[in-house]
Amino acid sequence: METIHSSIPLYAILSPLAGAFLILFTGNRRPNLREFWTIFASITQFTLIYSLIPCILRGSVVEYNVIEIYRGIALKFTVDAFGMVFALLSSSLWIIVSVYSIGYMRSLSEHAQTRYFFCFAIALFGATGVALSGNLLTLYMFYEILTISTYPLVAHKETPEAIKAGRKYLVYLLTGAVFVLFSMGFTYYLTGTLDFVAGGFLKGHGSPEVLRIIFASFIIGFGTKAAIMPLHEWLPSAMIAPTPVSALLHAVAVVKAGVFCVLRVILYVFGPKILSDLNIWLVLAYVISFTVIFANIIALSQDNLKRRLAFSTINNLAIIILGACLLSPDSLRGAVLHIPFHGFMKITLFMCAGAIYVKTRKELVSEMDGIGREMPITMAAFTIGAVGLVGIPPVCGFISKWYLCIGALKSKEIIFLFIFLVSALLDAVYFFPIIINAYFKRNNGESSGSREAPLLIVVPLAITAVFSIVFGIFPDSFFRLFTITGIVVKTVFGGT
Amino acid sequence: MISEHFPALIVVTPLILSFVVFAVGLFDRRYCFPLVIIALGACIHFAVSMMKKVIAQGSAIHYYLGAWAPPWGIEYVVDHLNALVLVSIAVISFLVAIYSNSNVKRELPEAKLPQFYTLFLLQVTGLFGITITGDAFNLYVLLEIASFSAYAIIAMGENGAQFAAFRYMIFGTIGACAYLLGVGYLYIITGSLNMADLSKLLPPLYHSKVLIAGFSFLLVGIGIKMALFPVHTWLPDSYTLAPSSVSALLAPLFTKVGAYVLIRVMFTIFDPSFSVTIFPVTEILGWVGATGIIFASILALAQTDLKRMLCYLIVVEIGFIVIGIASANRFGLTGAIFHIINDMFMMACLFTAAGAIFSQIGTRNIYQFRILHKTMPITMAVFIIGALSVIGVPPMCGFFSKWYLILGVIQAKKWVYLAVILIGSLLNAILFFRVLENAYFETRNNIENTLNNKGVTVTLDRIPKGELIPMMCFAVIIILLGIFSGKIINNIIQFAIPGALQG
Repeated sequence: METIHSSIPLYAILSPLAGAFLILFTGNRRPNLREFWTIFASITQFTLIYSLIPCILRGSVVEYNVIEIYRGIALKFTVDAFGMVFALLSSSLWIIVSVYSIGYMRSLSEHAQTRYFFCFAIALFGATGVALSGNLLTLYMFYEILTISTYPLVAHKETPEAIKAGRKYLVYLLTGAVFVLFSMGFTYYLTGTLDFVAGGFLKGHGSPEVLRIIFASFIIGFGTKAAIMPLHEWLPSAMIAPTPVSALLHAVAVVKAGVFCVLRVILYVFGPKILSDLNIWLVLAYVISFTVIFANIIALSQDNLKRRLAFSTINNLAIIILGACLLSPDSLRGAVLHIPFHGFMKITLFMCAGAIYVKTRKELVSEMDGIGREMPITMAAFTIGAVGLVGIPPVCGFISKWYLCIGALKSKEIIFLFIFLVSALLDAVYFFPIIINAYFKRNNGESSGSREAPLLIVVPLAITAVFSIVFGIFPDSFFRLFTITGIVVKTVFGGT
Repeated sequence: MISEHFPALIVVTPLILSFVVFAVGLFDRRYCFPLVIIALGACIHFAVSMMKKVIAQGSAIHYYLGAWAPPWGIEYVVDHLNALVLVSIAVISFLVAIYSNSNVKRELPEAKLPQFYTLFLLQVTGLFGITITGDAFNLYVLLEIASFSAYAIIAMGENGAQFAAFRYMIFGTIGACAYLLGVGYLYIITGSLNMADLSKLLPPLYHSKVLIAGFSFLLVGIGIKMALFPVHTWLPDSYTLAPSSVSALLAPLFTKVGAYVLIRVMFTIFDPSFSVTIFPVTEILGWVGATGIIFASILALAQTDLKRMLCYLIVVEIGFIVIGIASANRFGLTGAIFHIINDMFMMACLFTAAGAIFSQIGTRNIYQFRILHKTMPITMAVFIIGALSVIGVPPMCGFFSKWYLILGVIQAKKWVYLAVILIGSLLNAILFFRVLENAYFETRNNIENTLNNKGVTVTLDRIPKGELIPMMCFAVIIILLGIFSGKIINNIIQFAIPGALQG
């Protein structure tokens, strides 16, 4: 595998940071210029990351060493295939969410918009950093930046509940980070390095007990952000945040970063070999399966649309982790594909929820009867997203779930196949009533013609919906995600 | 060559200037401040060039005061351990002096300025001296210079400061006595006061009871001076009630210099075979530090006064340093030494910011902070950087020292300390987010309110630039220390670790 040294990753990471400060200094006085910086930074970042795709396809890794900190630890960015998937997802969706945010924040004439856009850009700085970090220390650094920059976004409304939700968010995530720190210290103590290696670098270090403890602590730490079940409490509470933030939390940056980190640990720190030797994967798989099913059952009982989506997210994140810890090439491919695909579908759903809120101030599913007639585009997009999450072709959710199921079959653990299928079924049970009621029930009251949300809101959600279908039919189009995930699988399993 | 005399000059310059400032102040108070700046600026030059020299030649600079060779004369030594501490003291006292120029005029009557600056320089003299001296008794003398100027300068503060200073004086004197007794014991059995000489004479006597008694006295004395839990009780009152610029000077420097002395005594005068193996104080220190972290963090959580909260934080950070020392290995000691430096800058950053907040809004009560991000954005940005560093968020420097501390306790297999370090950082996080929450969010009761309230427009801090710039410097230094932590450790700190602990 060839390594290319290039400073493009650095610029890709710095562009949101630069954007953030431009936003801050422009401030409230010139909102248009401020929003221009957001868009400009996001497009710059996306272009930079997109330009790295050919290198990844050739099977090489792009590296940039910022500074050596200590023996074996450096501040280092590495773009490998896996990081590329997440970087592509977050940078492409950032553009879309930015446009949407502008529409959303302006229609509601929200307060503190500068702080909002500033923190948003910093969060993206964190997310891209997580995606492109070359070792655990760099990862941890951006992980913390991401956590802290999202806190003001969660508490944005500044009502007592919002502040409470913010506190909860911080307490959960900072505690998680402490677990990560513990494991990271231990890993460094054992191996003297923290650089990611496809297939893991912990092999041959430490006793099985120690490795189990480290692994458990890693999973607890990163799992908090990935909302694994007993640690998920913060996520539904965080739904109090403005909708674009929820979209960011769910689809783009925060929880995805959590899942990304968990997968990094599974695949690039421990590696499939150790996990299967120590039999940890089975334990993790059962814990995660519980989350998969239980999150969906809770989702059934949620009337608040955003909370329902939140539990659906918890379910999907767990599916990704489950796919990775089955340790079969196919399920891994499904899992990695599900990261961007779920991102596109879930962001569509959240943006629809936001659009409905902006136009009608409705947040409860039970109030949304007949909304399909009033907001046809929004609901069409919603339907696409929901259908995709259930796993019905031609929306992209089908492809990832297909690979997950094949993987479960191949690893000869049929029970997990059932987990996938039951969860898909439950998805259908809680999504379809929304759609059916929206289209076929009549709203008693003022239901007169089409009342779509402003263009800045509708266009982004239409775009992501279209992309969800395009990826369903041509999974390799635009971002070459299908090929890239193939490379991920090959590098991770290649060595063993 | 004058540069050979830098070790003496760094102590003598502020000492002499302190009297000059007083004399000049009798005639014209306006000249006091420039003189202080000149003195401290020169000190930065001395400290930096000594550090460069130490790095370049790779060994310590020895300077014999009055050309009297040790062990009879007083020797000043600059090695890898204290070169960095000297630079930090110089930089912080210089920046705090700039900060104090306008700040102190608001809090103290004009007539007291000469006294203030005299004591300020004496304080710095003492701190430089403690750090640079290679003589155990001389250290006591300079410790008392620093302490007495601290008592006096604290007593200048608001109502109640006099009592706090008195209490501090009683505690401090007990500490000084204990230290002096300890030095006395060492002198009884060796007949020497020079640190390097002592370290050669002591090893054959390591099993002597006198030595153990002396060592214990030394530790107690230093423990009080560095506000080690549970003898920290003098600290919160006196630092809270002191004038802002005084606490900005004392809080970063005094206790940390104490921690430096602890390392000196444990690993230079004595060597690890005594202080770790024969008389395992590290065991006791570790538990004391660990209890201190938890206890002081909880006490800090109970405070509503920002400055008092930060005072308890000092005790917490001292606990971290002590745990690093107690793990007695390369990583732990690297962490401890690095944390001494980092904590100096973090505390300077936080205390100057707290002082600025106090002078703009007139209260230190956390629950009365409102929308500070709009009325004093720069101060709050600085405060956040300091806070994140204390919490341990990379790339701020606080993370990196914690990282080495964690590696140190893992290597020492002290799991309780590990848990304490981790929990301690969480408690720190709660501590600061409580402040930030109050400072940043206007609690709104409903969404309608949100919609109508366009809020106050952002204005820049109404704080003189002379105070803003030092604060911003501290914030920048915190980040730079974090990013270049590897360079600092590879070039300086790793040579400061005693040979027995390498590996």
